[in-house]
Amino acid sequence: MKICVCIKQVPDAKEVRLDPVTNTLAREGVQSIMNPFDEHALEEAVRLRESVGGEVVAVSMGPPQAEAMLREAISCGADRAVLVSDRAFAGADTWATAYTLEHALRRIGDFDLILCGKQAIDGDTAQVGPGLATRFAIPYVACVQKIRHADATGLVVERMMDDGYDVVAVDYPVLLTVVKDINEPRVPSLKGKMKAKKETILHLNAADIGAEPAAIGLAGSPTRVVKVFPPEARGGRAMLSGTVDEQVAQLAERLRRYL
Amino acid sequence: MDYFLTEQQQMIVDIARQLTDEKIIPHRAELDEQHQFPREILKQMAQADLFGVPIPEAYGGFGGGCLDIALTVEQFGRGCIGVGTAFAANFLGVYPIIIAGSEAMKEKYLPDVATGKKFGAFGLTEANAGSDASGIQTTAVLDGDHWVLNGTKQWITNGGEAQIYAVVAITDRSRGPRGASILVVEEGDPGFSCGPKEKKMGIRASSTTELIFKDCRIPADRLVGRQGTGFITVMKTLDLSRPGIGALGVGLAQGALDEAARYAKQRQQFGKPIIAFQAVQHMLADMAIGVESARALVYAAARHIDAHPKEMSKVSAMCKAYATDVAMKVATDAVQVMGGYGYMCEYPVEKMMRDAKILQIYEGTNQIQRNVIGQELNKEYS
Repeated sequence: MKICVCIKQVPDAKEVRLDPVTNTLAREGVQSIMNPFDEHALEEAVRLRESVGGEVVAVSMGPPQAEAMLREAISCGADRAVLVSDRAFAGADTWATAYTLEHALRRIGDFDLILCGKQAIDGDTAQVGPGLATRFAIPYVACVQKIRHADATGLVVERMMDDGYDVVAVDYPVLLTVVKDINEPRVPSLKGKMKAKKETILHLNAADIGAEPAAIGLAGSPTRVVKVFPPEARGGRAMLSGTVDEQVAQLAERLRRYL
Repeated sequence: MDYFLTEQQQMIVDIARQLTDEKIIPHRAELDEQHQFPREILKQMAQADLFGVPIPEAYGGFGGGCLDIALTVEQFGRGCIGVGTAFAANFLGVYPIIIAGSEAMKEKYLPDVATGKKFGAFGLTEANAGSDASGIQTTAVLDGDHWVLNGTKQWITNGGEAQIYAVVAITDRSRGPRGASILVVEEGDPGFSCGPKEKKMGIRASSTTELIFKDCRIPADRLVGRQGTGFITVMKTLDLSRPGIGALGVGLAQGALDEAARYAKQRQQFGKPIIAFQAVQHMLADMAIGVESARALVYAAARHIDAHPKEMSKVSAMCKAYATDVAMKVATDAVQVMGGYGYMCEYPVEKMMRDAKILQIYEGTNQIQRNVIGQELNKEYS
């Protein structure tokens, strides 16, 4: 089975701050990590390959420094990796990103299965996976929490819902987006790290994938960010501190005032 | 400090560190409370190729040395030396095969150990043979093309969990120390069983049981090396493995220092964080001196051993005794820095203090290590 995993480099959410003047993300000095949902997508891809065979290709659209993350993907089991990178891609919204990834994936090869994280933790849109499937005109199942069965023709998966889950049977080619419950990602292996160090990462630019200049980057993005602001702090909030017992005592004391 | 590790060694450290942070630390309290063997974590170590680190390349490993394995277990020790002991004791069972086993024996066992499919244990200690290994009662008698083992081993790490047991037995009592041999017993061999898991003060994630041999028959080719070379192989095995125990001590001490220093920065008394008080600062400083000096000695001893010198017992014993004494002291001081909170099970340092004690006892007590060092000094100055 040919499996593609789309992964994104994002700022580490534990370190992100908002610039109080511009209200934009202060990314300087913030470490970049693999989008946590994408780690689960990669793990699931590697597990599928281990059980049914095939190849796992990790693909990322991003700046040149995203190559480090792609090497990490190889150390965790991807067979090879492709970086889709061009200055002209800068400022892409989910529409232009899905367009770019579609062209890149068509250039790389035919995939039976495309795996994505449910969403990226920076933009939080959850649109690129479904957008990509729509562009390919293939089915997608979002928020997959388990792959129950995989064979030569298709998959049976569980789709997480608010009140339980759906069981969905689907034929290849198909795109899945996954939630964190699906698996526990492995740590890199020593053989994987050695392979990752030596591996040549294929770089593709806008011309390589045959992308229309008007359809990529800021120019190809219908989304306009009008304003970014942190939500106003709601009044009357208090943080309790101390051990659990101390916090419980403090909370009980506060509640008692309203009795 | 920069210890000038190779690129591959740095990779090993990075993997072992991530595994410790993500897979060991979140589960260590539960493993300790429930005396639970860390099978799932060991699987993840295998998946990360870490069981292959000291196995020769010809048998599917990475051909790493003493330093490579020390770097690995140091990280595990930072998380939980119960888990680290399970991992390290596996190699104690395998080193005799690497050191003295036949080609056929290596081909039979080592590839499965490198991938983590099979797991090892080392059966030396008995009720009357601890520090004085010459008191061994377990016997192996050749009967046709089989050895027949009788006797009981005590406090064997990975007992009941391992598939490959390197067992020291007397094959010719009349020859004294030259009458001992090592034999490989496999899980499921007729007449071989393991006792119930012992209840322990610490390292509760590791399994400790008796190995019981009642007319246990194993094929003649399970003898490791030549008959009567058992003690020599045991000594060589321990020379190789002791820096690993030192490294578990370095890891545990580092973990305890990390906890104590973080706590001292955040704990406020008399209007300031307690790290601002010189009494606390000096304790932390002494702990840091201990950790770094123990690490330096363990790495230096491991590098010395990896250069295959004629004499390695002295440095091997030195780094084991020193680093594990440091671990005990630093863990105890970490509890002191954290005061009442340190004594509570809610924080990890009480477990570290309970765990640390075994490091001074197993794989040769620190008194025995000093005997080894003293005897070498006696030779050097004669």
